[in-house]
Amino acid sequence: MYLPELRMMGLDPFPGLRVLQREMDNLLDGYTVRSRCDFAVNVWSNQEKAVVSAELPGCSAEDIEISTLKDTLTITGKMKPEEAIKDAVCHRAERSCGEFTRTIRLPFEVEQDKAKASYNQGVLTVELPRAETTKPQKIKIESA
Amino acid sequence: MKQETNNIAKKESQGVELPQDRPVFVPATDIYETEKAIFLRCSMPGVSSDSLDVVLEDNVLTLTGHQSWKTPDDFQLVHQEYETGVFRRSFRISEEVDQNGIKAVMKNGVLNLELPKSPRVQPHKIKVEMIS
Repeated sequence: MYLPELRMMGLDPFPGLRVLQREMDNLLDGYTVRSRCDFAVNVWSNQEKAVVSAELPGCSAEDIEISTLKDTLTITGKMKPEEAIKDAVCHRAERSCGEFTRTIRLPFEVEQDKAKASYNQGVLTVELPRAETTKPQKIKIESA
Repeated sequence: MKQETNNIAKKESQGVELPQDRPVFVPATDIYETEKAIFLRCSMPGVSSDSLDVVLEDNVLTLTGHQSWKTPDDFQLVHQEYETGVFRRSFRISEEVDQNGIKAVMKNGVLNLELPKSPRVQPHKIKVEMIS
């Protein structure tokens, strides 16, 4: 029987596929991250260190936590909703607030306790010096 | 998954072009209104108060903020999720605003703007007296 005919008879030619499609649609349910606001990062690096920057407008330095482990950097924080204005009508609410967290893989392992971070004008900048053990070693060639 | 990346990305403005080759972004904005004033909160990370322009002309409020960012010397960009450029957005303010009373404060990359309505358009409460 042809497919159009089946459809005209009210039969689904792909019942198995429909189930599969539904399964796929629900595959990622339950794995949603708690954070409501995502943020973008840029990563720079050279032989000595890596620099990570992120745009986090409306945060404060106390509300951001940064940790490193081997070659990963985790940025966690909270964007507090701003003080409500009394008797105000909201016309637009485009800015997001809430918790955020991201783990970024760096190009190399970094020194655990030598990272420096600053938060300026809503931009977070983290400087991470490369771990000594992972730096390339130059080997001198001796000539006989 | 696609939705997530859309969330991260800054919205680029259509139609506005600059002489310099820098992208123009639409800053995310919250707008509130009370009887006395209109409040705007505008996310502009990387914009200092010196590089911000707030212009009100013919009831059109235009906000322009230049993001400052210098690429660190001798560094290579290994991963990029956002670009830096210029934030620009215009709003048509329907009500009359007291031009001299506008307050603008830039804090942690968020512009807080207070536009007080001129007394003429503020609602007047009329007391009703009871005669008994």
